[in-house]
Amino acid sequence: MENVTTTQETYEILTSRRLTYQQKIIQLAKQAENSLDVLNIPEKFSKYFETRALCDMNEGNAPYRPRYVMVDYQRFLMQGSEFLKIAPPNTLDEAIFALLTLYYHVPSITTMPVYLGNLDVLLDPFIVGLSDEAVKTKFKLFLNYIDRTIADGYCHANLGPEDLRATRLLLECEQELQNAVPNFTMKYEVGVTPDDLMEKAILCALTCANPAIANHKAHKDTYWDYGVSSCYNVLPLRGGSYILSRVVIPRLAKMAESTEQFLNEILPEALQGLGEYMDERIRFLVEESGFFQSSFLVKEGLIERENFTGMFGIAGLCDGVNYLLRDSGKRYGNDPEADDLAEQILKIISDFVATYPAKYCEVSGGHYYLHAQAGLSTDIGVTSGIRIVVGDEPESIYDHLRHSARLHKYFPTGCSDIFPFEGTAKNNPAAVLDIIKGAFSIGDKYIAIYQSDGDLVRITGYLAKRSDIEKYDNGEVVLQDTVQNGSTNYKLNRLDERKVRSHA
Amino acid sequence: MLKAPINKIIDHSLVDGIGNRSAIFFQGCNISCKYCHNPETQKLCNHCQFCVAKCPVGALMVVEGQVAWDSWACIKCDTCIHVCPNDSSPKVTEMTVDEVFDRIAKNLPFIRGITVSGGECSLYTPFLQELFGKCKSIGITCLMDCNGTIPLWNNPVMEVCDGIMLDVKAWSDQCFRNLTGADNEVVKQNLRQLSNRNKLEELRIVCLEDYVDAEDTIKGIADYVSEQTRENVLLKLIRFRHFGVKGELKEAASPTYEYMEKLKQIALENGFGNVRIV
Repeated sequence: MENVTTTQETYEILTSRRLTYQQKIIQLAKQAENSLDVLNIPEKFSKYFETRALCDMNEGNAPYRPRYVMVDYQRFLMQGSEFLKIAPPNTLDEAIFALLTLYYHVPSITTMPVYLGNLDVLLDPFIVGLSDEAVKTKFKLFLNYIDRTIADGYCHANLGPEDLRATRLLLECEQELQNAVPNFTMKYEVGVTPDDLMEKAILCALTCANPAIANHKAHKDTYWDYGVSSCYNVLPLRGGSYILSRVVIPRLAKMAESTEQFLNEILPEALQGLGEYMDERIRFLVEESGFFQSSFLVKEGLIERENFTGMFGIAGLCDGVNYLLRDSGKRYGNDPEADDLAEQILKIISDFVATYPAKYCEVSGGHYYLHAQAGLSTDIGVTSGIRIVVGDEPESIYDHLRHSARLHKYFPTGCSDIFPFEGTAKNNPAAVLDIIKGAFSIGDKYIAIYQSDGDLVRITGYLAKRSDIEKYDNGEVVLQDTVQNGSTNYKLNRLDERKVRSHA
Repeated sequence: MLKAPINKIIDHSLVDGIGNRSAIFFQGCNISCKYCHNPETQKLCNHCQFCVAKCPVGALMVVEGQVAWDSWACIKCDTCIHVCPNDSSPKVTEMTVDEVFDRIAKNLPFIRGITVSGGECSLYTPFLQELFGKCKSIGITCLMDCNGTIPLWNNPVMEVCDGIMLDVKAWSDQCFRNLTGADNEVVKQNLRQLSNRNKLEELRIVCLEDYVDAEDTIKGIADYVSEQTRENVLLKLIRFRHFGVKGELKEAASPTYEYMEKLKQIALENGFGNVRIV
């Protein structure tokens, strides 16, 4: 039966009119991977996988490359690559050529690189002596090449926290180009990143939804060094994350007869199931797939197996709590009792993860790290990570941020909020900066902003253009594969109804 | 303790000065501009009770002869404001300095300061002096958004006020009088004196052809203020919009963008370094 379905699916992918050639190849490779049955799936996982309360993120049946690879591009630019026959670059042209060549060879769950490096730090040494205009011309070609070839909204570049000439020039290019790829994160720390640079970054974000802002102070000691990839995954540099699996709180809550049974029986058993399942996926990836034994990235020290961790994801905390408290009508984000229950659930999960031994996770102390998972395009009734469901956002943005700050601390590998702002904010980026400063000072970890009526819209963490979503919905082929996910997610999660933060 | 009539407090404002600020709107104004977009803040309620029966949800009542407003029952439909024969609002709360301060303090650490506006906030300088003093103690800045018709440069509130956002409105006496019903001698004195003391935070002209001598106002300001003010202080050229306006300008058209650009050009030519059309 299964093979018939697979064959039919394969045929549909192969003959699709809505996929580009590259998109077909990726999906066909997935079909081949999923025809294998090589993992020993733990019983406790299967029980909860049936209801999708535990979820493998559709990563595939036989992991053969890590989900997120955080290449040490700095090291690459210093030493070049024997495998790629590239000497250490001396000029900006050579540096850009070297990076673009390497990007082509960096794998990830999407097959395309999800992390491009701290671009300003990487490129700043090569722009000495060149005029702003000359540098921007080259930067724009570099960025457009990435946008058109990597063509994946999960692809992510970093900037900051230091104020470099390249930081400012990259922001200017980004604002002028209005590309959806790559996504940018600006690392921000008060006292390190000057206000006027942040205001420039915020103005850029209000124009083209990039960059999002990461609390550098809160993240910098998570590992020896970090980068932000994809939809806000804070991961060790020169490593990354093997996999991401998740527990979907509302689906798990619906399997419980009472809140007590949920907290004391269902949740602990499911967590155990997810831990064991992650162990098995990582075992196959590390021991059997051959990735770490054969990749030139490993051989040349651009990634190290010891710098990888596993991401233990949570999604839909809001919907789970609202379900458990459905009789009282108390709502997550609006009622102290709901928020206390949410934190109680988080503590149970956090304590489990902190004590559950994880092999091959040296960089995170021999344990998995918690991640606020932002969602899948097919999720219904599952709000991103620990966000408040659209429509229930507190009237006051300050209350909203205090709520976030209270819970963000449980998530070393990424936790974020998204706020659409009215266009008037462009006249006063300092105001948005004040809000971000306040939020970061109380422990909020990551904030993405965009203008409520702009073309670029944040879906869960990645970007899509409203105009592209419309084209795809009309049956046209579009370049970026994230548009396909964005189209579904935008509607299922009523993202057009997110509470817009204006002046009142 | 001092009390003042407060029309409303906005905790998070992007449009009342630089940075994120809480804005406090006082009730009562000493002039009445034809283009005022919140004319209901001009006068104090005279408790005529006309609005009470018009409230669709019974949020207004008479208590000992005075109109009282139940903010919890109110659905913010503004019917009371629309029917008020006195250009006022029953939705005004007498608040003490501590009450206002406590409300603002809750907005830390997200705000860098407060902006007081109105109505006309400079009618309440003793109240402001006390409020600003408390704000200073928690490290946030205090701006006043004023019409400038009350002398400020020599007022003790300036010791605790970080800057004035001055709505210059018009330049010739005749034009100013026609627009506001008052004269602008004090406005000009405030302009000169506050500029000399580096206490101007923002200058403003609402532009509307035939009613406002915007070009003369730009040139007049340039003439009155210091070079430092001209080059650095934001000059906002606001395009008139009829929203909220009552009276003869209720349906007046906004000036064209070409006209606004022309004014901006004149401002730049007169040495203003920070001009914005809003």
